[in-house]
Amino acid sequence: MTQSAARAPILAAPRKRRLSRQNWERIVSILILLPSIIALGIFIYAFIGWTGFISLTAWNSAAPDFTFVGLQNYARLFVGGGTDMTRFHYDIRNEVGFLILFVGGCLVTGFLLATLLDRKIRGESIFRSIFLFPMAISFIVTGVAWRWILTPGTEETGWVGVNLLLTNLGLGGLRSAWFTDPTVFYIQPTTPLGEFLHSIGLGFITVPALGYAAAITSIVIAAGWQMSGYTMALYLAGIRSIPDDLREAARVDGASEWEIYRHVIIPLLKPVTLTVVIILAHIALKIFDLVYSMTGGVSAGFATDVPALNMWKTTFDATKFAQGASIAIILLLMVGVLIIPYLVWQTRQEAQ
Amino acid sequence: MNKVKWIYAIVALALLATLLPTGSAQAAPASALACSKTYTVSAGDTLSGIADKEYGSVKAYWPIMAGTNLKNKEDSSFAHIENPDLIEPGWKLCIPSADDAKAFLAEFPGPNTPAGVSMLFGKGAKGQLIVASWWTNGGEFAGLNEMFKQFKAANPDVEIVNAAIAGGAGTNFKGQLLSQLLGGVAPDTFQLHAGWEADTYDPGTLIVNVDDVYARNKLESVFPPTLLNMLKFKDHYWGVPVNIHRSNVLWYNKALFEKAGITAPPATWDEFFAAADKLKAAGIQPVALGGKDGFELQHTFETILAGSMSAEEYAGLWTGKTSWKSEKVTNALNTFKKYLTYANADRDALTWAAATQLLIDGKAAMNIMGDWANGQFISGNFTDYGWAPVPGTKGTFVALSDSFALPAKAPNVENANLWLDLAGSKPAQEAFNKLKGSICARTDCDYSTYNGYLQSAAADWKVDAIVPSVTHGAAAKPSWATKGYADAVTLFATSGDVAAAQTALVQAAVDAGYPQ
Repeated sequence: MTQSAARAPILAAPRKRRLSRQNWERIVSILILLPSIIALGIFIYAFIGWTGFISLTAWNSAAPDFTFVGLQNYARLFVGGGTDMTRFHYDIRNEVGFLILFVGGCLVTGFLLATLLDRKIRGESIFRSIFLFPMAISFIVTGVAWRWILTPGTEETGWVGVNLLLTNLGLGGLRSAWFTDPTVFYIQPTTPLGEFLHSIGLGFITVPALGYAAAITSIVIAAGWQMSGYTMALYLAGIRSIPDDLREAARVDGASEWEIYRHVIIPLLKPVTLTVVIILAHIALKIFDLVYSMTGGVSAGFATDVPALNMWKTTFDATKFAQGASIAIILLLMVGVLIIPYLVWQTRQEAQ
Repeated sequence: MNKVKWIYAIVALALLATLLPTGSAQAAPASALACSKTYTVSAGDTLSGIADKEYGSVKAYWPIMAGTNLKNKEDSSFAHIENPDLIEPGWKLCIPSADDAKAFLAEFPGPNTPAGVSMLFGKGAKGQLIVASWWTNGGEFAGLNEMFKQFKAANPDVEIVNAAIAGGAGTNFKGQLLSQLLGGVAPDTFQLHAGWEADTYDPGTLIVNVDDVYARNKLESVFPPTLLNMLKFKDHYWGVPVNIHRSNVLWYNKALFEKAGITAPPATWDEFFAAADKLKAAGIQPVALGGKDGFELQHTFETILAGSMSAEEYAGLWTGKTSWKSEKVTNALNTFKKYLTYANADRDALTWAAATQLLIDGKAAMNIMGDWANGQFISGNFTDYGWAPVPGTKGTFVALSDSFALPAKAPNVENANLWLDLAGSKPAQEAFNKLKGSICARTDCDYSTYNGYLQSAAADWKVDAIVPSVTHGAAAKPSWATKGYADAVTLFATSGDVAAAQTALVQAAVDAGYPQ
């Protein structure tokens, strides 16, 4: 940030020879942009609008029905009280759990890998390629591979995958049902803490919808395996762009390596961290293919169900188009809440 | 500078031009594919190899297939290619000129659409018959071919076009077909699960009723009345059924039963749980259950429900005549809950086929699954299995059925009707089902050469009360079957909360339009 002033280019003032030429260039640039603007307008924004419209109608069977029902489809998801509501609440729970662990996990592993690689070790490029390589694989393949690895097996019919490995290593206690685990960690109303919360009127947080489904951990492992290399690459580029003078100066001032990271490098990497968080978070919010290929789209008590999966099932399996559209719009809003402030911030940065 | 300006303008115009709708070329008659030479297939040849040699593209084999099939109509010394992946040494092929091939490929929409497939085949004196199905391999494909043979023998002037040749199978097929029908392109007939699945095709709009076929073949007297009820949707018939599968079957491994000292398959749930305890005591996994395909739990609970009440009451659950608040539903939920405690813990990681495999491998003793499991036993060379109706469902046959429907825009309606006549006939059903591993929808088939299970299913089919399967699309509209009902069962299988599950099931029925 200190050197940004030096980098700022000085724009040469345009030579105004002929006004007509400027106008002509403006027309041409508009003409060139026009096709993509029209295409975006139709295929992105008009369709978003159309989805939004559908979500306010009663089109919940095969035959189109455009009766306006207001926010009824949304109400069913949030306060309806039926299975639609329960499932959607669980979806949000899973999404939030996944988002936090996946983004946090990638940040930590990516940063650690980047600092280790920054030690100028031999064969750095080989390690870099190895860590970055999972990025080249599609989520579908990752899902299938991790499904094979994490398929649990049973005591009676034989352990498989990682569970077999753990058993053979004598670590049977670490076996888990992985992505088929129905366990949900939440504050049970019958525990002392639950009873205390009830007594102070906070009983409503002692529900499974406000908890963490153990099966999500498996999805986090698979997604984290794929994306931490990418995080590492971004961090490594960030670390490399920090001039050595700064570290040297800190060392001269008597700072330890830890303090250099704590007070110099990490603060300077803030823009990288923000970019990584935005990129990973929107991947996490939209996650579908990984979960689908890993679990087949089914899970014990919806322990690995996510909004995108629910949307797809609701729309195309159950032909409840309006209900599906409402889930899609909620997904869009969730991603929007994340992306829009970032875009605004970035535009301001650029303007400066 | 001026030059740059012009380049800009040209680029801009070119980009704009991509937005203009391209004029659709008038389809030239496919018979323009004249042979420029002939080619005799020798061992090791492939159609794409020949196309590469002739036209310089391994993908340009469709004109050769089409040209040869057209020529075959005039001169039977030329081969008839049903499947581009299967050609035999000695076959005489017709190689159209490169220009003709190019023209053909320009208008060929690909082999996955009825129109595209119909271009690959010649026309008989009485035109074509385009049959769309997802039966592309194994016994199902063999069975379909048997029906084709019978049709050809009776109607030598009609060219059969199998639109399943290179098309996607199963669920892909349905989505693809629906979008084609909506776009106004239709095969002459297509595969349809009997019952509520007709609703997907907006009956009366995309498909037309086949009441005439029933009337002229007197089909109402050869299908059981309960099946006719299941087939009737909005007071009309929308398809001619060719086969029946049963979903309420309890399969068991005989050797494991013997080992645990169980002499007869359980007929009631008390007997079932007693047997399961014996198996457990003998160190055997009592029940194999899948879950990964997303229908196994729903399938199992549906058969338990059917066993907890009379067939009439069960059918009534899906038509609003029986209340979901009934105590019998509560009992079924409790039975299901107990059943799950005897099943393998990793059910959500196993497909139904993997669960069935546990039975074959002697790793689990019992499994509730439809009779397509029988096909897996046969192909796995496993004979030491027994079967019984799911406890409590003796006398009830939970059924699903494949039928052939008539699209409103079928290009060869007359031939389609001939096909539907055949589909309902006794010889066609006998030949088809033996290979497919199912039983006839008709009650008068001869089963003497069928496998043991199929013989017993056929005997039950004649006398049992028939109810439609909801999980397999026959009983209720898709939003109820795949969402309201399915989600309630999924939640229950983990939570075990009987009261909540029943409330959810009641709510699902209300949502489906049946106030409780």
